[in-house]
Amino acid sequence: MGAYLEQSLGWQNGFIFVLSAVILLAIVLGFVTYSIYFQRKILGWMQLRIGPNRVGPFGLLQTVADVLKLLLKEDIIPKAADKPLFILAPVLAFMPAFAVLAVMPFTESLHFADLGVGLLYYIAISGITVLGVVTGGWASNNKWALIGAMRSAAQMISYEIPLVLSVVGVILMTGSLNLIDIVEKQKEMGMWFFIPQFLGFVIFIIAQLAELSRTPFDLTEAESELISGYHVEYSGFRWAFFMLAEYVYIFAMASLTTVLFLGGWLPPFEFLGFIPGIVWFAIKFCAIVFFIFWLQATFPRMRVDQLMQMGWKVLLPLALVNILITAVLKTVL
Amino acid sequence: MGTKSGIRTEEMLLNVGPQHPSTHGVFRLIVKIDGETITGATPVIGYLHRGTEKLAENLNYTQIIPYTDRMDYLSAMTNNYMMVHTVETLMGLEIPERAEYLRVIVMELQRIASHMVWFGTYLLDIGALSPFLYAFADRERILALFNELCGARLTYNYMRVGGVKWDAPEGWIDKVKEFVSYMRGQLEGYHQLVSGNEVFLNRLKGIGVITQEEAINYSLSGVLLRSTGVKWDLRKDAPYSIYDRFDFEVPTETAGDCYARYKLRLREMEESLKIVEQAAEQFPADGEIMAKVPRVIRTPQGEAFTRIESPRGEIGCYIASNGKDKPYRIKFRRPSFANLQILPKLLIGKNIADMVAILGSIDIVLGEVDG
Repeated sequence: MGAYLEQSLGWQNGFIFVLSAVILLAIVLGFVTYSIYFQRKILGWMQLRIGPNRVGPFGLLQTVADVLKLLLKEDIIPKAADKPLFILAPVLAFMPAFAVLAVMPFTESLHFADLGVGLLYYIAISGITVLGVVTGGWASNNKWALIGAMRSAAQMISYEIPLVLSVVGVILMTGSLNLIDIVEKQKEMGMWFFIPQFLGFVIFIIAQLAELSRTPFDLTEAESELISGYHVEYSGFRWAFFMLAEYVYIFAMASLTTVLFLGGWLPPFEFLGFIPGIVWFAIKFCAIVFFIFWLQATFPRMRVDQLMQMGWKVLLPLALVNILITAVLKTVL
Repeated sequence: MGTKSGIRTEEMLLNVGPQHPSTHGVFRLIVKIDGETITGATPVIGYLHRGTEKLAENLNYTQIIPYTDRMDYLSAMTNNYMMVHTVETLMGLEIPERAEYLRVIVMELQRIASHMVWFGTYLLDIGALSPFLYAFADRERILALFNELCGARLTYNYMRVGGVKWDAPEGWIDKVKEFVSYMRGQLEGYHQLVSGNEVFLNRLKGIGVITQEEAINYSLSGVLLRSTGVKWDLRKDAPYSIYDRFDFEVPTETAGDCYARYKLRLREMEESLKIVEQAAEQFPADGEIMAKVPRVIRTPQGEAFTRIESPRGEIGCYIASNGKDKPYRIKFRRPSFANLQILPKLLIGKNIADMVAILGSIDIVLGEVDG
């Protein structure tokens, strides 16, 4: 891919860009479709239920049916809503979710943009999503939506800081913001970063759950408190876009965790190197996705003030300590 | 309207319900919020008012029983008993032994079923999905037992003035015994799954604190009263039916917060299991299930008030009779309604998440609140 980027834009590489973008889009949408199925099945089994099993064999087409239903629904815009913003909000929310995938290296050869500041790009772009959420909540002209949007703004900003600081350790150890370099460094060290950067790993996982608004940090959607938070007035395909953004973020975050802390496409042992890297990537990636869904079946929800306290008083200092330790060790060793 | 560090802020009026998922029915709450902090709350009730008491004046005593089912629909058995018990007291009826045992078994199983619904839905309010399904799966077993006994799963219409409608089918008592040991294991599982969870504890501890004085002044009863340290349970303190024959504890807590109420309800399930176990053990091998009552029940002129311990608190029934087959006036003392009165006081200064936790911990059933 990298070689094509160097050339001037022509028919050939232009076609390849479009083709691979479409393929990636298909992969991501396929992931979203089946991660929803996977989630519902896992939750079903954990809760002594069966889960979807009606549409298609083993219910495999359930999500397809759901999405079709959402697309065919009447497009409702509340009368009192701020119409342009109401329409813009889902787009704002889901665009960055796709844009961050550009820098994600799935294997050493399978990646799109090989950016020097890949990690920074990811963090910066993903920060835009909160704008979509706040816009949606505000434009709905609904008190519940507004509270939900305010909560998510507070939550995402509070947790972005520990999230960023927790990866500084990784950056220090690698000496690069490039995601491919980070994986290469892990190969060189013969150790994945979740071992030397264990504290950072734990903070990253927690902050990531808060960023994704997953249980136990699903306050923004808290259906038992806020009915469903910022997207309460959305229905049909606009609502589907919010949901799409949420699941694409799971995809992106799980990929990022794999790359930063679990050695990306590297096999756990040298002798297993004959299995292609993409398989290892997929295994690690699926484990993280499973972990996220598993929590959903287990945990209650935190309260908004407790969430803030945890972000600022626990995670942030711990992340700073982690940076300090990493820096000291790097200088000493 | 107020100002905080120069920024103009406004109080917002938020309408919670009657279709909000955490109001457990058609309860409506108008809260005034400053940011997310509640500064005032006005409960609005009556969306499920059916005028049971007025309707009952035109019904004969047996016909009133199904209406009591529909008041507290999660605890229909105790409501049945509350009504027939008052009529029996008024008539001075002697109830056959076997009927009394059946009544106690179903009432205690009902208490467990009711607390199980509370446990599941409360955790749903707090944001945990799974315990709800576990609790409902276990409650299903109780409903199956009731179904076998009287052919209904929610509104049983099981008790009659003078006894019960159906005798226990063959093997039913053994199934009850089996259920008791099964449920003990499940309760252990509930504790492991939920009781120690740090997130859960943070949500409940110190939230919605009621003092002993407040509890008494607001005429609270049941778990709300006992969570403040008052040891008051009508099954012990004013025994009705055959409750004086069983050995069980009345658990109390002193904290008076949501967590105390959570612990108490789980403890009460254990105590109810003890009662069911003993009752199933002592269950008379044969005997009548109905006392000798005339076909048309007429109460002597006069009035009677009796009260019993329902899962939600003290439920009472007052009947004024003028000697006819219908009550002249009937009045139910509904614990959900009485317990709900303290809600606005508890909500001041709390945020919306706490509102859900506090409202849930009161354990209201709207059918009962609205009558």
